[in-house]
Amino acid sequence: MDLDPEDVFKDEEDDPDNEFFQQSESSKEYVVYLVDASPKMFNTTCPGKDQKDEIHFHVSISCIAESLKTQIICRSYDEVAICFFNTREKKNLQDLNGVFVFNVAEREQLDRPTARLIKEFDCIEESFMREIGSQYGIVPGSRENSLYNALWVAQALLRKGSIKTADKRILLFTNEDDPFGSLQGAAKADMTRTTLQRAKDIQDLGISIELLPLIRLDEEFNVSVLYSDLIGLDSEDLAQFIPSAGQKLEDMKDQLRKRMFTKRIIRRITFHIVKGLSIQLNTYALIRPTVPGAITWLDSVTNRPLKIERSLICEDTGSLIQEPPKRFQPYRNENVKFSMDEISEIKRISTGHLRLLGFKPLCCLKDYHNLRPSTFVYPSDQEVVGSSCIFIALHRSMLRLKRFAVAFYGGSSRPQLVALVARDEITTAGGQMEPPGMHMIYLPYSDDIRDAEEIFPDTEDDAPRADKDQIQKAAALIKRIEMKDFSVFQFANPALQRHYAVLQALALEEDDIPETIDETVPDEEGLARPAVVKAIEEFKLSVYGDNYDEENDHLGKEKVGGASRKRKEIAENAAKDYDWADLADNGQLKDLTVAALKTYLNAHDLPVTGKKEALISRILTHMGK
Amino acid sequence: MARNKEKLVLLLDVGPSMHGVLPEVEKVCSMLVEKKLIFNKDDEVGVVVFGTEETNNELMDEVGGYENIVVLQDIKVVDGDLIDILKKLPRGTVDGDFLDAIVVGMDMLIKKYKGIYKGKKRLCLITNAIHPTKDSLEGSKEDQVGTLAVQMTAQGMKMESIVVRGILSQDANKRIMDENDRLLSIFSKKTRSRTVYVDSPISLLGALKTRRVTPVTVFRGHLELSQQMKIKVWVYKKTQEEKFPTLKKYSEKAPSTSKFATHQVMVDYEYKSVDDSSTVVPPEQRIKGYRYGPQVVPISDAERDAVKFKPEKGVKLLGFTDASNIIRHYYMKDVYLFIAEPGNTRAILAVSAIARAMKEMNKVAILRCVWRQGQQNVVVGVLTPNISQNNKIPDSFYFNVLPFIEDVREYQFPSFNSFPASWLPNEQQQMAADEFVQMLNLAPSGKEEALLPEFTPNPVLERFYHHLELKSKQPDAAVPPLDETLKRITEPDLELDFENKSVLDSLCKHFELKENSKKSARRLLPEKPSGSNGEDGNGNVSDARAVDSIGQEPVVKIEKIGDLTPVQDFEVMMTRRDNPEWVGKAIREMRDKILSLLTNSHGGDNYLVAVECIIALRKGCILEQVSPSPSLCFCCCFFLNLLCGFRCFCLMEPGPYNNLMRYLYRYCQEKEISTFPKLLASMDVTLISKSEAVDSSNFTDDEARRFLDKIKPEPKD
Repeated sequence: MDLDPEDVFKDEEDDPDNEFFQQSESSKEYVVYLVDASPKMFNTTCPGKDQKDEIHFHVSISCIAESLKTQIICRSYDEVAICFFNTREKKNLQDLNGVFVFNVAEREQLDRPTARLIKEFDCIEESFMREIGSQYGIVPGSRENSLYNALWVAQALLRKGSIKTADKRILLFTNEDDPFGSLQGAAKADMTRTTLQRAKDIQDLGISIELLPLIRLDEEFNVSVLYSDLIGLDSEDLAQFIPSAGQKLEDMKDQLRKRMFTKRIIRRITFHIVKGLSIQLNTYALIRPTVPGAITWLDSVTNRPLKIERSLICEDTGSLIQEPPKRFQPYRNENVKFSMDEISEIKRISTGHLRLLGFKPLCCLKDYHNLRPSTFVYPSDQEVVGSSCIFIALHRSMLRLKRFAVAFYGGSSRPQLVALVARDEITTAGGQMEPPGMHMIYLPYSDDIRDAEEIFPDTEDDAPRADKDQIQKAAALIKRIEMKDFSVFQFANPALQRHYAVLQALALEEDDIPETIDETVPDEEGLARPAVVKAIEEFKLSVYGDNYDEENDHLGKEKVGGASRKRKEIAENAAKDYDWADLADNGQLKDLTVAALKTYLNAHDLPVTGKKEALISRILTHMGK
Repeated sequence: MARNKEKLVLLLDVGPSMHGVLPEVEKVCSMLVEKKLIFNKDDEVGVVVFGTEETNNELMDEVGGYENIVVLQDIKVVDGDLIDILKKLPRGTVDGDFLDAIVVGMDMLIKKYKGIYKGKKRLCLITNAIHPTKDSLEGSKEDQVGTLAVQMTAQGMKMESIVVRGILSQDANKRIMDENDRLLSIFSKKTRSRTVYVDSPISLLGALKTRRVTPVTVFRGHLELSQQMKIKVWVYKKTQEEKFPTLKKYSEKAPSTSKFATHQVMVDYEYKSVDDSSTVVPPEQRIKGYRYGPQVVPISDAERDAVKFKPEKGVKLLGFTDASNIIRHYYMKDVYLFIAEPGNTRAILAVSAIARAMKEMNKVAILRCVWRQGQQNVVVGVLTPNISQNNKIPDSFYFNVLPFIEDVREYQFPSFNSFPASWLPNEQQQMAADEFVQMLNLAPSGKEEALLPEFTPNPVLERFYHHLELKSKQPDAAVPPLDETLKRITEPDLELDFENKSVLDSLCKHFELKENSKKSARRLLPEKPSGSNGEDGNGNVSDARAVDSIGQEPVVKIEKIGDLTPVQDFEVMMTRRDNPEWVGKAIREMRDKILSLLTNSHGGDNYLVAVECIIALRKGCILEQVSPSPSLCFCCCFFLNLLCGFRCFCLMEPGPYNNLMRYLYRYCQEKEISTFPKLLASMDVTLISKSEAVDSSNFTDDEARRFLDKIKPEPKD
């Protein structure tokens, strides 16, 4: 994770797909979380994990907290505001009743999420009743309309910035499908009308309103009462908008979480199917490794950021090179020079599009035909009408005939062959598990595939193969150690979790760093169950025989003993050639060669990396001088 | 390094039946040597060809026989001459005997290195093996091959045979082919040899590993099933991207004549404070800061080391699960290979038993891996069985990394069923698509799978090494066009398309595409982050290729005249027939290009290009005379105006052309440019006369010629 200065300026090798994670300021998002805090949100529960009931308010809060934590890591340019309505207290710029904008110190109301915001929001539930309070804002006989107020406040918060540079969204969490249900007659009609008008005005400003309904087991959330008009759903969207009632809380949480993020397109590409038939596709990065963000160098005295200036210096003359230098490759005893233009010309073997070459049966896609995370493609009719139709037809044919498409993906970074594998949509009660579309899998070239398994064949005999009994024992073992419902989303990256826990603690100047749990360690307890142990022992006996342990240890020792012990011995002997303490005292260490210094380090199991000064200082530290 | 050297003898069949593929053989062999010159400079290579008229090898001199085999190059350290030899392989006249050639090759290796060299020795045979081998004097051919195989093993040699078959070899005698295949398979069974069959030029180029990479283990240690049961494994990379070579930066400061100049460039980094760019902050005063939202949190390395995640080295089993739980597109990285510790029979058995059981039950294993001590992260991944088809090679596993929760973006996409009916394919359309998917089959049964990754070389690297070789001979050599054979990787196979023409036509017929006229006003997301190289911008795409394809559909759709090859771009645009507007667009663009060349010219350095452009424009205009357009008037007037100013505005369409002409004329006058008109005259660029373009020119040949005469005596200054 260290910064390799070369990396910062890495030119043509960059993977354009990584853009997704190096989010730039130009694609930021402004989000207002609008949470209903009416007593109904507190009274309604749904059964959660371990049969414990969870109240709807808590569900909303924890969803937002989760999304804030994701945002601060991957999309820290996004700006958020959190706003409750149907509250007892009020706090907003317009001084409207029943609306409370939650915020922390050193932060504007709509601003990038900070460590403090996340921290304080995490414990908001404890203080909520005391400081903010819950109260129905729309009651008969009063002219107050808390929903209207809330929308107004949200709109005011989103006044910042232009919609040209940012996506603006309001996410509304509520479990009340009929907020004006308690009213009658003209008052109800009037309030409904003004609220809808307000919502429409907001949408006309380019702000989208999204509804995240919380549903009870026994009751349906009827979108068509008010909200379908409020957020502008048409009848087609309506049908799939509300998942079936009676779902579990976990599913609902899942769905809320998924819907809180907008899709981001990496790029639009043209897919040439045959001559004269090219369709438009959007590509998405559904899976990419998340890494701790880039390092910013700081001045340790002032804590101000540093800027890195790179200069190119000619090694022969020592003069500064201004213009971008040519490149060279030593070849046949001379330097063959290339200009950058020539290099990009060499790499340009096809235009940056996807060209269909043909189809193959799915079994032709081997496990080792993989180089990088796949990219998801989904059709778009935005520029070429009819793209979706062809795409769906091909998608269905490929699924039915069990074929994948082979295509050539041009582009400057690495033009290469790709496999397009069609996947059907998989939905569960919790929403979409797998989106419908095709996954673009990057195929290796022959130059990229190695045959390491072929380097050690037994020349005389055939390689040993397990017999029937051994395979049976292995099968029994596999049955015992089976993870029935394994899914790839089940582990959090422990290194990343740790990293951000440390960052959060330091950012808030807390002394102790919270423990993080490594979910990836094996289930020792499960493995120690007698049935499992028995299966393992039986398998062990069948493949290793009785005297395995001795042999194994013997082999092991031989290995360590052989080369490395010998090396160590030599090192130790060599180290004895010098009187280290004396050399150190007289400052004569610097007169030794690096190799000689390393003998000392080797003999004492110290790292041998670094420059000579580093080695010397390491030796001195080790001697305690 | 010495023990890492490879001694290689290439045994190449150049007999008449091989002539068709010899260009590919030449390419792949010279590529092999080109890469060795860069990556394995100390390797030694010898070249033997068989099937030649002549005979020239030591064995013939010593014991007789072994006719029609020529040692083109004795084994020696790779050099440039070797490439020259391989690029011009002789074309033989006799059907070669590959067994004899193997003997000659082995003899060369044995004589040269007998007893003194224990490193890698390799034979590489490229043949079609369709001609009979000579009967041996004693025993059957099988016995003879057996003896050779024993000898090969004893000498520690490896052999790689590439057998060119299928469409690449003519109809051959089946019996002889089978016999030869059987003989070759004896080698595969008894020695460390592998035989591959290829039947397309692409796979021939891909079949030979042109770069020798010594595999390095990622991990050696235990695969822990549990505390009690461990298997010793070694982990290698199965796939790893071979990157475009990193070229060093070249400094032109030192005189090129200087013998001792390294021409290397040192990259120096200076860390300066943002507020005060004059002070350089020394390394010990720098501290790393990590972003957390808007804050940057400084953490020193020592602090970080103290608190960071420190997993123990080891590879542990988490459990087994159904293969269907792990969908292929979750694979995150290049592929690892788990093999049992070589020579450890019990470990091999254990791996074999588990792999085979997994295969039978259709299970995969989930592992948690920390390859090295001190590694900062863990990897959770999937282990899949790899059942070996070759008796010599033990069973093994493949491993790939799976995503963590943080790595997955769960976007929601509309279900296809929720689309309006007009977006969904109807029955006929679906049938057309079905047929298309079925017929455009790259892996038909009974034939070699086309574009198999194992046999498909990287066209970019091929192009680079080709260019490198060209440049080493002629430093200003232009980038060569993409190899014709390799072009088939990037474009659909015309033959396959032709065979299925009716299917393709029906697909086109059934589906209709329209440009979206009312493009939604929605803001498009930027295609790429700012600051990255402009790949998708229209700007340079047109420079992509200089396609010289008059009368043929341009392969790359050029939509703009670029900077690198304006003339070619213009020609391609002029020949585009998919839309009549292209001609007009090409002429307009060319006009703009010429103007910009003139205006951006310093001391006349662009004039030559400009004149070339004008000549191309002139030619294009004459060719296009069948459809007279305002552009033609423009063309004539363009020349006239250089000289005569406003004389023929009457001919032209008013508007932008007029303005341009005025501008150009004034420009030449004002800037007192005389060289350019002179240059035009010297290149004999005349006006387009009536005889050349009947409909659109009003000038006789004489008038057109006079245009030049007028320039010469009275340059505008």
